[in-house]
Amino acid sequence: MAKVIGAVVIDTARCKGCELCVVACPTDVLALQPKEVNDRGYHFAYTANPDACIGCASCATVCPDACFTVYRQVIK
Amino acid sequence: MNTQDIIKPENLVASRPRLFTDAITHYCPGCSHGVVHRLVAELIDEMGLTDRTVGIAPVGCAVFAYNYIDVDWVEAAHGRAPAVATAISRLNPENFVFTYQGDGDLSAIGCAETIHAANRGENIVIIFINNAIYGMTGGQMAPTTLLGMKTATCPYGRREDLNGYPLPISNLLAQLDGTCYVTRQAVHTPAAVRTAKKALKHAIENALAKRGTSVVEFVSTCNSGWKMTPAQANDWMAEHMFAKYPLGDLKNRQD
Amino acid sequence: MKGNEAIAHAAIRYGFDGYFGYPITPQSEVLETLEAEMPWETTGMVVLQAESEVAAINMVYGGAAAGKAVMTSSSSPGVSLKQEGISYIAAAELPALIVNVMRGGPGLGTIQPSQADYFQATKGGGHGDYHLIVLSPATVQEMADFVGLGMDLAFKYRTPAMILADGIVGQMMEKIVLPPFRPRRTDEEVRRQCPWAATGRHGRDHRNVITSLEMDSPKMEENNLRFQRTYAEIEANEVRFQEYFTDDAEYLIVAFGSVARICLKAIEDAREKGCKIGMLRPITLWPFPKKEIERLSAQVKGILTVELNAGQMIEDVRLAAHDAVPVFHFGRMGGVIPNPNEITDALLSHFPDAKA
Repeated sequence: MAKVIGAVVIDTARCKGCELCVVACPTDVLALQPKEVNDRGYHFAYTANPDACIGCASCATVCPDACFTVYRQVIK
Repeated sequence: MNTQDIIKPENLVASRPRLFTDAITHYCPGCSHGVVHRLVAELIDEMGLTDRTVGIAPVGCAVFAYNYIDVDWVEAAHGRAPAVATAISRLNPENFVFTYQGDGDLSAIGCAETIHAANRGENIVIIFINNAIYGMTGGQMAPTTLLGMKTATCPYGRREDLNGYPLPISNLLAQLDGTCYVTRQAVHTPAAVRTAKKALKHAIENALAKRGTSVVEFVSTCNSGWKMTPAQANDWMAEHMFAKYPLGDLKNRQD
Repeated sequence: MKGNEAIAHAAIRYGFDGYFGYPITPQSEVLETLEAEMPWETTGMVVLQAESEVAAINMVYGGAAAGKAVMTSSSSPGVSLKQEGISYIAAAELPALIVNVMRGGPGLGTIQPSQADYFQATKGGGHGDYHLIVLSPATVQEMADFVGLGMDLAFKYRTPAMILADGIVGQMMEKIVLPPFRPRRTDEEVRRQCPWAATGRHGRDHRNVITSLEMDSPKMEENNLRFQRTYAEIEANEVRFQEYFTDDAEYLIVAFGSVARICLKAIEDAREKGCKIGMLRPITLWPFPKKEIERLSAQVKGILTVELNAGQMIEDVRLAAHDAVPVFHFGRMGGVIPNPNEITDALLSHFPDAKA
């Protein structure tokens, strides 16, 4: 059976930690850094559970700061 | 297969719009403006309009829109964007001209300019961000503020006896013969964003086909002004804003 | 033809791209004439009756931002409404032409002629440190001629110009020679002449942004200093005026616009009786002919300004004369126009020695 796997690259310098991607992600890939902050003081998003990514781009779709680059591949 | 292994150009499904500049926006975390900006930038690029687009920026939070999308812009006085757009569209009819306005700019100080541009059927797209509050000046009441909603200038909650009623300006614009398309959209979920993009594309097609004025209202959040987290603001919007400003097409004339 | 009609015809012939206006007496003939001429079918000029003066001036702002030759016209109360847009046009360094056919004020005032908007026109008018190039026509011929001159100067300095006319010259009928037809610039010519304009990028490697906003104070100060350099250049190059009988004048009248013509009649009558009176008529009210007044104040014994207001230009005349000679004002207001005898009487009352 074909399996879809995805990957996201996050421009963490742009991320404002709004958390909307975390809410939108259907497979709980994303989380905000609990301690670390970026240069502008935000707890930025990161892939806490990267293997669950299906490349659906929901994160990129709702991100107000266009931080996401999303890749997807179908493995047959 | 490792997820890192699929990071290659042929697998790309989403990325930063090519027409976005490198600037980091001044918008608050979670602000709806950023998503709408992205839709505008993507569509101008995808529809091949980069060379003939002129955007009209408002006064309000989106005043710096011209710093973020790499097309020609004119920054208008507060509320006057539809008048500015009228002249540019008439003088350069081959241009794609859009205004990008908030609820204060469009429905308060610029109400006359908006209604008359729409009534003349100017071949422009009016992008209307309705978050029911004045964001830039610090959270004051807007014409679209809901009854009972607290703002800096109605700290007791908007009262109809003191402040009048929320203004459903898009319904009013839909009544005018000059508008061909009036729609209400939101960008709070991936599905809503995809629907909104189709709506905005249709509006742009109308302008290019000289069908008259298209208005795309984005019912939006202002989590800072509403004093909520971005996620809470989205939920609050779905629960309260959509009751007064229901999503969907108010008018879609196809001729 | 009427002065107002002359403006409309001159605008079409100059190759204006757009006119945006709102009816108000005593200048509605400008818009009416343009609508009757239908230049969109001949030259392609856009003519639009806006929903308000505010909208009209912002349409001018938009058109100017696109590098087009655009104008509006109105009368005093309407020009007050336009001040917001005029300030933005000046601040965004855009060329545009604004016509004010003045009527009596303040408030709704009267529809009769006046020159009471001198301060508003020459000192900026709206908020912020800016100037308009202000041209003052005294004849219907000048109404026509200043349309092209005003727009040329506006393009040259990328700053708005104003024709400050009054109801007399707007409504007066005189025989004139209209300027020759010039074709409107092509889009390519506009982009070449105005590389800064928001035309759409058309292959440009960068976006053009027209804005008056600058949040960084040092940069905003630099913008202001640049505006002031432009104004200094205009003051150095563009002062226009006309002198009458100043060679041997012992007393000087300073008057602008249609009133200068009444003064000229008064001077001619007085000269027949041997009174050596001369006149300086500023054609540019800003930049003001300071040096010429300074020069003449060394020659004459007194100056009378004659204006259809309570005394506005007199302040600039006094500043230019440096108190070298006494400067008095004579004016009528509310739409009342003085006759030549009143002007002579006023001059003699202040300067009894002027009597031959």
